[in-house]
Amino acid sequence: MQLTLKVWRQKNGNAQGRFEHHNIEAEEHMSFLEMLDVLNEKLISEKKEPVAFEHDCREGICGACSMVINGRPHGPQTGTTTCQLHMRAYKSGDTITIEPFRANSFPVIKDLVVDRSSFDRIIQAGGYISVNTGQAPDGNTIPVEKDQASDAFDSATCIGCGACVAACPNGSAMLFTSAKVNHLEQLPQGKVEHNRRVKDMVKQMDKEGFGKCSNVGACSVECPKEISVENIAALNRHYLSSVFVKK
Amino acid sequence: MKLDSKVPEGPLAEKWTKYRGSMNLVAPNNKRRLEVIIVGTGLAGASAAATMGELGYNVKAFTFHDSPRRAHSIAAQGGINAAKNYQNDGDSVYRLFYDTIKGGDYRSREANVHRLAECSTEIIDQAVAQGVPFAREYGGLLANRSFGGVQVSRTFYARGQTGQQLLIGAYSALSRQISLGNVKMYNRHEMLDLVLVDGKARGIITRNLLTGELEKHAAHCVVLATGGYGNVFYLSTNAMGCNVSAAWRAVKKGALMANPCFTQIHPTCIPVSGEYQSKLTLMSESLRNDGRVWVPKKLEDAKAIQEGKKTGLDIPEEDRDYYLERRYPAFGNLVPRDVASRAAKTATDEGKGVVRTGLGVYLDFADAIDRYGKAAAHSKGIDNPTSSQILELGEEVVSQKYGNLFQMYEKITGENPYKQPMKIYPAVHYTMGGIWVDYNLETNIPGLFALGEANFSDHGANRLGASALMQGLADGYFVIPYTIGQFLSNEIRTPKFDNNLPEFNAAEKDTRTRIERLMSVNGNQSVESFHRKLGKIMWEYCGMSRNAEGLTKGIKLIQELREEFYKDVFVPGDQNEFNPELEKAIRVEDFLEMGEVMMRDALDRNESCGGHFREEYRSEEGEAKRNDEDYTYVAAWEWKEGGQPQVHKEELTFENVELKTRSYK
Ligand SMILES: Cc1cc2nc3c(=O)[nH]c(=O)nc-3n(C[C@H](O)[C@H](O)[C@H](O)COP(=O)(O)OP(=O)(O)OC[C@H]3O[C@@H](n4cnc5c(N)ncnc54)[C@H](O)[C@@H]3O)c2cc1C
Ligand code: SF4
Ligand code: FES
Repeated sequence: MQLTLKVWRQKNGNAQGRFEHHNIEAEEHMSFLEMLDVLNEKLISEKKEPVAFEHDCREGICGACSMVINGRPHGPQTGTTTCQLHMRAYKSGDTITIEPFRANSFPVIKDLVVDRSSFDRIIQAGGYISVNTGQAPDGNTIPVEKDQASDAFDSATCIGCGACVAACPNGSAMLFTSAKVNHLEQLPQGKVEHNRRVKDMVKQMDKEGFGKCSNVGACSVECPKEISVENIAALNRHYLSSVFVKK
Repeated sequence: MKLDSKVPEGPLAEKWTKYRGSMNLVAPNNKRRLEVIIVGTGLAGASAAATMGELGYNVKAFTFHDSPRRAHSIAAQGGINAAKNYQNDGDSVYRLFYDTIKGGDYRSREANVHRLAECSTEIIDQAVAQGVPFAREYGGLLANRSFGGVQVSRTFYARGQTGQQLLIGAYSALSRQISLGNVKMYNRHEMLDLVLVDGKARGIITRNLLTGELEKHAAHCVVLATGGYGNVFYLSTNAMGCNVSAAWRAVKKGALMANPCFTQIHPTCIPVSGEYQSKLTLMSESLRNDGRVWVPKKLEDAKAIQEGKKTGLDIPEEDRDYYLERRYPAFGNLVPRDVASRAAKTATDEGKGVVRTGLGVYLDFADAIDRYGKAAAHSKGIDNPTSSQILELGEEVVSQKYGNLFQMYEKITGENPYKQPMKIYPAVHYTMGGIWVDYNLETNIPGLFALGEANFSDHGANRLGASALMQGLADGYFVIPYTIGQFLSNEIRTPKFDNNLPEFNAAEKDTRTRIERLMSVNGNQSVESFHRKLGKIMWEYCGMSRNAEGLTKGIKLIQELREEFYKDVFVPGDQNEFNPELEKAIRVEDFLEMGEVMMRDALDRNESCGGHFREEYRSEEGEAKRNDEDYTYVAAWEWKEGGQPQVHKEELTFENVELKTRSYK
């Protein structure tokens, strides 16, 4: 199939960016990233600089790939990362626009690569259970109800990609943060530090410059792991009660 | 060179406990003065960094990723083994030890493997305490499943994302230590050289991947947890960034590369679809619990399928060859990986493959769907279920068990595996070989340690499913935090190292020269194209089956490719900026040497064992034939710049298990 690509090129964080047009021949069984590999091989053969984009596992789990395809983070399919998208979703003659995730808290590094280290700092603020190695009791000491473990898992499946932020008109990180809070809160082991965790993580999120959540819901629609907006509602409740909890 | 494994004296089951109780300790106030560099923050590195931070060491941790959470460990699907015996099915530490030794075809060190089995139970406890949402039974207790090559149910799992959940557990523990100031984290930093001072490992040279700046980092010792080198084959199930560079740089500084030819080829991966293929996707081994592997009995059927004139559904039952069940009745579809992979190759070599390229076999769930459907109908009180009811109920059960895998398969291939049998083929998956380490996980360079997939220690010639996560975490949480004291307790009076020592400046200069050389070739071929060529040579001559003639040829081809690389590679961009092509070029340069050592090792080992199958050494039935008389040793290779690599041997002694022919018949 013949495609026209409109790709964002930006030399570095300080440089001006612009769209570059390329015509390219692709096959339907290729993944989207393999299609970009083909483009890059072509550019290299012309002694030009390839398009920088982030990727690693290429199977939808590491959270590295991050691009906005025709206006949508991770492209058109629900529950799918960019690396899992295949070219059979397109037809010959299509024009595809490819941009980086855009958000104040995700500065562009080069072309389609952005800096998402703000997510790490939110986790460092409290996205853990304080247990040192060797302190743990036997794994079966505290039973966890099957459905509850499963709900915790649903929140824990976040891959930290940042599509939620890129999808949000306010650039809010509420879906990411709430998923972590709820993953831990739904397990007995995580309840102990819950109040402190909520306050500290929300504080860090604000400090990183992420926008406020106004319940648009685009985050969850674009989330490749289909993290539910209910996480956000739960976090709002937790936050209120953690603020009013007596010290 | 004499390789001393430093295995402690005493009965096998008591070695670790006694040793741990008598090891040298470092007092808390001294720990604060000691600096430890950890390269790699996957399961092994993150767990080590977190634990050593908790203990009070000054830890500096490095990853080339933008965050520790992206390490390749994140991709592990199936699960993690532990000898908990929660299922009361006769499991024990000894049985896990025995299965691992046998699964590894008697080419691993008894004492290390036993320690691994001992630590396995603590890992589960630790992970649960960190909030890892393992699968549970209705009663709220932890659930288990069985995995290839064993007959007990000891695998703990979190749907099909066990690696993700375990890594997030380790990452959160690491994040906590970062926030407490005990660990300083360097993301997007790639180690490009190891620095030795007076023969001991005292630091590393890194490249800041954002700016291209070379940095010198000093410490009292260096721990490598940099993962496996499966990407030497270009196509593998490893993430795109997996590489051998950190390990290889250590080898260039005198460390030994042990059993490099022991590569695991995983039987259940999605077949290659075209030349543009960039990586291969694993379909978890757990699928073999319910899927049945087959090819058509008749060549003409296979041909028709390859040409797209027939599908698997057109082949009647009596014309299907369920070859694993036929050849290995005791284990059937659950034979270990190496056996299953070779059997697939045998079938496709006969021309019975079921994809366009001929390189694919079926993994069929129709029987499982039928069986589960009938059982579900029964438990729902439906007396005479119709076949469509059975199908619907059965698909529901299968979807609960493997839903995400089926979905992943459909995304990649565009085919619905509930309706059409899956197509699979073996692919490179894991490297049992790695840096040689002793019982303390210390290499032959004092002060240099290696953990996780980067070392060679526990899996012999073949790794059992769900044992890599176990090993990475055992090494990181429960072994290195203690054994490193054996080295560091002698260093408490050693002041901090200055990174302006001549050794550091020289290593930095060498690295700069190396990068400039790559940038200045300015040839006509991309890095990727060299990597692809190398991968083809490796797969052809050092893949699922090997022979002396092919290996000899392969070595020559790699040497020629290496020469061509330095004449004609093209690395675009600048070295002083974010430049992914340069990163790749450096890694491929190292693969080009590593590949040769793998071939030499394969050529030297005149036997078939585990993942290493030499065509010259097989039984009349075509099964692998070991040679215990001559090859019960670890082959540890020393790189000689400009000359031939040299092998050093660590004899393996088995005091507790009897060496047997591995039989899964
Ligand atoms: C698809 C797939 C599925 C798997 N499923 C299972 C399973 O179900 N059960 C199981 O037990 N095992 C499984 N495995 C194997 C297992 O996942 C790995 O062996 C294990 O996770 C390796 O962990 P590690 O910590 O040693 O290395 P990795 O997780 O690979 O981490 C390596 C780290 O080193 C860093 N690094 C590397 N080189 C450098 C450098 N030069 N400078 C700086 N940093 C560097 C990386 O950034 C990364 O942080 C699977 C593997 C694959 C490919
Ligand atoms: S919540 Fe979803 S979109 Fe946001 S980081 Fe996690 S996986 Fe990505
Ligand atoms: S590359 Fe890992 S999620 Fe896309």
